[in-house]
Amino acid sequence: MSLTSKLKEAWIGLSAGTVTLPYPLAPHPPGPGFRGRPVFDAARCIGCGGCASNCPAREILIYDPCQELRVIRYLGRRCTSCGRCAEVCPEKAITMSEAFELATDRLSDLEQRLTLFMGSCQRCGRCFAAPTPLDALKLTGYRVDDLEAGRWVCASRSAPPGEPAADVEIEL
Amino acid sequence: MLKALCRRMMSRSCWVYHANSGGCNGCDIEVLNVLTPYYDAERFGVKLVASPRHADAMLCQGPALRSTAQALRRAYEAMPAPKLVIAIGSCAGGGGAWFDSYAVMGGVEKVLPVDFFVPGCPPRPEAILHGVAVALGILGKSVSPRPPLVQPAFPFPRYHTDGEPPAGEPASGAAPAAPTTPR
Repeated sequence: MSLTSKLKEAWIGLSAGTVTLPYPLAPHPPGPGFRGRPVFDAARCIGCGGCASNCPAREILIYDPCQELRVIRYLGRRCTSCGRCAEVCPEKAITMSEAFELATDRLSDLEQRLTLFMGSCQRCGRCFAAPTPLDALKLTGYRVDDLEAGRWVCASRSAPPGEPAADVEIEL
Repeated sequence: MLKALCRRMMSRSCWVYHANSGGCNGCDIEVLNVLTPYYDAERFGVKLVASPRHADAMLCQGPALRSTAQALRRAYEAMPAPKLVIAIGSCAGGGGAWFDSYAVMGGVEKVLPVDFFVPGCPPRPEAILHGVAVALGILGKSVSPRPPLVQPAFPFPRYHTDGEPPAGEPASGAAPAAPTTPR
């Protein structure tokens, strides 16, 4: 009884063959549909900021130093590769790459920083059409996220004059 | 001879202790997946131990919560001296998707000195294996900061030219004068 069960176990073990992947010595690419690190394409980006408004982890920060420039900073530290930025991008400037070997000792290796020229309306500032009144309450226009501290600052346009425009500050 | 062989074989055997300080168990499943015969991290000497006192490296999963930060710190202090902390997953790296919750302090680097980060939610088992190999010096990093992407020159002359050089001359300090083709 015991011997037969051992023989059966040995047969199962031997008939399985080698299942171990030779991974670190040979590449093992992910399957189709895998979402890895998002890659930003500065040549296609129009700087609408939809990715920053839709990022659940608030990993995309936007800072407008002047009327014609917009700085977009992506921090990869808590990006979950959910792909919402790539989904909402109207110009398909963000692609979810297949890069997954992202181990690093410095989180700044994961950053991507874009400085974009913004063709703004020279009469009224930066015009973005808001399709609904709810969208008009969202983040259109100028944004002043804290790039250096990596903090997402929700700048409300309805702040009363004299009070700071940042109404939501997220401590990290 | 056997002792010399043992010393040579065991010199890079990294015993890991996995500490979940409030994660969703996704990274735990991937870490345990690394130790299955399919990925077989034990061929590199990586072994999962149950106590931080036996461990060389700590695999942190989950953000540092207010309720578990003290326990995480105590587990870190219980490890013997040459110790390595690898933060696995986006929660351990920066706080995760619930980073602004009242219970979450942030990534585990708020509590521990983290040596290596393996981002992903959860990272693939290959990514964890790669991270441990990078931490042990077997492999090199495959990620490097992308150069900042800049569109420096304005494609058309500005309307308000106060304090700006006249159109046609490159702005001082701006990098290449050749403007990127406006779309």
